[in-house]
Amino acid sequence: MPETIDQIFVLLKHWLMLHVPVALQPLCSAILSVIPVLLVFPLLFAITTVLERKGLGRIQNRYGPNRVGPFGFLQPMADGIKSLTKEDIIPRSADHFVHFLAPVLLVIASFLVYAVLPIGRNMVVANLNAGVLFFFAVGSMVELSVFMAGWSSRSKYSLLGAMRAIAQMISYEMPLVLSSVVVIMAAGTLSTVEIVNMQATYTGIFPHWYVFTPWGFTGFILFMIAATAESNRCPFDMPEGESEIIAGYYIEYSGFKFALFFLGEYLGMFATSAMAITLFLGGWAAPLSVLTWVPSYVWFFAKLLALIFVFIWIRGTLPRLRMDQLMNFAWKFMLPMSLINIVGAGIWHFMPAGFARWLIVSLIIVLSCVLLSRSLRRSKLFHARVYRFAS
Amino acid sequence: MNALSGYLLLSAFLFSIGLAGALTRRNAILVLIGIELMLNAANLNFIAFWRYGPHPEALTGVMFAIFSISVAAAEAAVGLSIILAVYRHSRTTDLDQMNSMKG
Amino acid sequence: MTISFLLLAAITIIGTAAAMSLKNLVHCVLALTLGLVGLAALYLQLGAQFVGFTQILVYVGAVAILAAFAIMMTRSAEPTKTNESSSFGLSGTLIALIVFAVMAWAIYTGTSALQVAAPQPEASVHQVGVALMHNFVLPLEIIGLLLTAALIGAGVLAMEESRRAR
Repeated sequence: MPETIDQIFVLLKHWLMLHVPVALQPLCSAILSVIPVLLVFPLLFAITTVLERKGLGRIQNRYGPNRVGPFGFLQPMADGIKSLTKEDIIPRSADHFVHFLAPVLLVIASFLVYAVLPIGRNMVVANLNAGVLFFFAVGSMVELSVFMAGWSSRSKYSLLGAMRAIAQMISYEMPLVLSSVVVIMAAGTLSTVEIVNMQATYTGIFPHWYVFTPWGFTGFILFMIAATAESNRCPFDMPEGESEIIAGYYIEYSGFKFALFFLGEYLGMFATSAMAITLFLGGWAAPLSVLTWVPSYVWFFAKLLALIFVFIWIRGTLPRLRMDQLMNFAWKFMLPMSLINIVGAGIWHFMPAGFARWLIVSLIIVLSCVLLSRSLRRSKLFHARVYRFAS
Repeated sequence: MNALSGYLLLSAFLFSIGLAGALTRRNAILVLIGIELMLNAANLNFIAFWRYGPHPEALTGVMFAIFSISVAAAEAAVGLSIILAVYRHSRTTDLDQMNSMKG
Repeated sequence: MTISFLLLAAITIIGTAAAMSLKNLVHCVLALTLGLVGLAALYLQLGAQFVGFTQILVYVGAVAILAAFAIMMTRSAEPTKTNESSSFGLSGTLIALIVFAVMAWAIYTGTSALQVAAPQPEASVHQVGVALMHNFVLPLEIIGLLLTAALIGAGVLAMEESRRAR
């Protein structure tokens, strides 16, 4: 019985496919796999917007939105109606074609990465052999969309915001990919389904998640920090901070296109959280072996909601990083840290199981973390900051 | 006109488009883009021959394409930084005006 | 010559031809991105998954953005005279046409008699990794050195002069 509930969507899809003629079966199979993703994640986006506003409100000692619906939970409907009915203002000197395509490309890239994320047991849209590589490849198309948005608006502020955003996203893409390399090394495969399957085993009641190893824990922390920076979330939201540059690269967008940018950004946040869950937190696997009767997709969404809560919590708590602080952090701390993490994971792999490898790998990682952060704090250069784009 | 010759013709066409761009455009960055296109056309050639040629299990075509992509990326980076340095010196990226070593 | 090949080839040709002929440089870079994505799709169709995704990651995610940044920083985005064809406009196109004609003739005479009903070869990531570590380990190490040298070189070349004069 638990297996049936666990596989209920797979069984539903198989039953629906029986009623489809053979010639149309590949197409219908693809459509039936894609439609749940297209329905569930925008719904999650809607829920997250209201959760975020209420959560931030409570952290800041005020109520969030509480007018629309019980406790304000129908706020996304009001937001959606507002975005759809607002006038679509385009600057006169804007490049119309590129201005239109930028949010479209962002949403396409953001939706496309969900193809390789396993939501539950046997529930993945495409079991690609190079799944993790596909994720990072398509995720890197977001920067191009940011550039298109910033440049096509022909406004100094949006261009400046776009350049900052792209510099930040490119800088943090390296620690993001390198911190996932440790998991790829340990699992020996780039397929996300295989990585989750390898974490879905238990010794006693404790799971084999990669986050419970020193290199996995470090990788998880680095991945989450880099994911926060990739989605331009606070504390890394200098390119879009409302007190800095008004709205950064989507300053000239209004109405539905703005909503599409919002959607794309949040979808990117969900996608990187889901990838962190897949790589480090065991995907759809239950935390204790006694809890495997709960369906796999419930665990996946529970972990996803926990990570989203952590994102909202961090947004409400930490101040914004300045641009040069952000770049220093990426290149001088996170990149060496992720490389040392890879070395640590390699040492872990070749040492025999036991206390010794825990001690040595943890020592290497903690020592390098302490040394790197101290050198980062010491290298404060006091000189006039030169702005390269204002010359 | 089998599948292999289709891919090879496409690769030759892309190569000549890149060549035309690299020869005719005035902006240095576009010349670099043309060179990147030529490298890409050669990559397509390699992969097509890997797919339809003898001994595909040796993965030679795939390997060569991977290395070619890496080298092309490195070359694009260095080339664009050279263009930036030249621009900082002479305030132009117009290749027709960079003729101080001519004659 | 399946329909998917023709469609992808059309997208690629349109993208690259637009990249080489448009006046607005940023449009050129965006059209180039379209062409490169079309090429990546062609690699995927040929069964080289790893190369296709690497192409998207490296070219679209890095080289295209690098070119866009260079266009921004060299102020080439404004419509000036530099964006037109140079003085070698006609002869360049002619040379490219001749090159294409020669290559097309070579392809036609070389492969028209070939039997190419080959089964789909497998290039899984595992096999690529094994090949990289066993047969191609020397090129791998050299590529590492080359990329390091390119990284340092590009950084030094693009650094500001005022810092070096200090």
